[in-house]
Amino acid sequence: MRLKETLENYVFVVPAVAIFSVFYIIPFIWVFQLGLFDWDGISFARNFVGLANFKEILLQDRNWWQSMWNASYITLIALTFQNILAFMLAWACDREIRMKNFYRVIFFIPPVLSEIVVGMVWRFIINDIEGANIINRLLAACGFPNLMHHWLSDPKTILTTVALVHCWKGFGWGFLIFLAGLQTIPHQLYEAARIDGANAWHSFKKITIPLMVPIIVLVAILTVLGSMQAFVLIFGLVGGEFAGHTSVPVLRILASMRGSSPRFGYACAQGITLGVVLVIISFIQYRFSKKGH
Amino acid sequence: MKHAFYYKSKKFLINALIHIFLISVAATCLYPLLWMVASSLKTQDIIFKDISLIPQQLHFENYIFALRGEGFGRGFLNSVFYTALSVFGVVIIASLAGYAFSRLRFPGRTVLFYMFIAAMMIPVPASFVPLYVLLNKLQLRDTPIGYILCMISVGLSVSIFLLKTFFDRIPREIEDAARIDGCSKMGIWRHVALPLAKPVLAVVIVFNALAVWNEYILALIIFDSRKYMPLQVALQVFQGEFVTNYPLLMVGLTIAALPIIVVYLLMQKYIVKGITGSEVFG
Repeated sequence: MRLKETLENYVFVVPAVAIFSVFYIIPFIWVFQLGLFDWDGISFARNFVGLANFKEILLQDRNWWQSMWNASYITLIALTFQNILAFMLAWACDREIRMKNFYRVIFFIPPVLSEIVVGMVWRFIINDIEGANIINRLLAACGFPNLMHHWLSDPKTILTTVALVHCWKGFGWGFLIFLAGLQTIPHQLYEAARIDGANAWHSFKKITIPLMVPIIVLVAILTVLGSMQAFVLIFGLVGGEFAGHTSVPVLRILASMRGSSPRFGYACAQGITLGVVLVIISFIQYRFSKKGH
Repeated sequence: MKHAFYYKSKKFLINALIHIFLISVAATCLYPLLWMVASSLKTQDIIFKDISLIPQQLHFENYIFALRGEGFGRGFLNSVFYTALSVFGVVIIASLAGYAFSRLRFPGRTVLFYMFIAAMMIPVPASFVPLYVLLNKLQLRDTPIGYILCMISVGLSVSIFLLKTFFDRIPREIEDAARIDGCSKMGIWRHVALPLAKPVLAVVIVFNALAVWNEYILALIIFDSRKYMPLQVALQVFQGEFVTNYPLLMVGLTIAALPIIVVYLLMQKYIVKGITGSEVFG
């Protein structure tokens, strides 16, 4: 009877566990296994090379570190510009203000769109066809014709342009999470502070910021994880690595896997390297928030 | 009296500045999309000359032309098919598991649940490499069923977590009545638990539908045959071939974006709930 009941209960979880084991857990383990091999993904023979792939990544692969640098640059802009903008918008909406719902709905439209669509639409807004670039037209109309520029074909500006479009797509996430956090702060706190003679800036600094630290850290962790692994947007916006100027780690992993001489083992080793870096950064951010409390 | 007027006008000014700030950001969000829709109704000759948002002539035939061709129409139907089946699979499989993790007792329950949770936290940026190898071995690469199974497995963790926490909050007494009436466990899941879970199922459905519809990387590496490609990948392929026909490309982008925006506007209440719900978890 007891055994029958246990088996009956297992029926509920077997489909989930089976699919998840095959299509998530097994690939997860294989990443670590394949990372130790030299393998082109097709031939029967796999060459065990130990940690040679990691050695090559750490010591020789300049393209990889270029891509890590590019992703860090995008992440840094997302952490500062995007999240400060998101926080300001959330703060502006956290009050008795008209059209609050309208703003909230609009700000989350970019995040629900696919990265391919966002990349391609912006590609055609900031295109390099003479006289058709809308950003340039806007600059000229505002009296800054000397700022007009081929944003997406100049190696100097291309990465920043990518980062800004990335921020356009992503700020809605931070906005919604910040707003939900701000709304949990009891209004009596602000009123008490006001009665004690605190001005808006003081209560912002002494009430809002300290209470929001866990939320700010959460958004920061999500931003790092998302931005360091972003790449589909770059496919849509510039079509690829643009001679290394817009290469990011996941594009490098794809290139290792799908290049003219595929290196599956090396691609996995690159993935592990990025994964370890991300886990370490998240852990540091998490510890930082614990200390803050 | 002067004092009151001073505060009133100061408040008015601050409010106006806040609105200007919010409206300008909202306009930045909307403009690219309006431009995309407007461009999809123009012709190649004027698309870069007339950049107004309301074209003088509306060329709806662009849509017929783009949807009739091999790429976009097929990609659109493929995307609808993959999204519907993956979401259906996630709803059934995740709600069974979520219910079991909340209510039923069996050895390994905690370990299995934490397996799903841990997967949400650990980033595996190269997992598509072994997934490609695995699907090749199972002869599932370049097949719709292989792609759908992958998409179901991607959606399971978060969905199981949302459903389990939801069932945890429902009092057990509701199910006791059904049990006394002789309802089986499956019967209770089907006739009591699932109807109760409607609000959280809405969150699960919306989030998974957005994720599958917008998915790109797995579709890129799984499918070689054009006939199977979903819209997101078909767009990329078409960009190369239709480089001379921007309005058609804009039609493709519009039919890729519009369903998502409509679903979002109809269901945005559930999306906000899902985000703030998963935030509590973080």
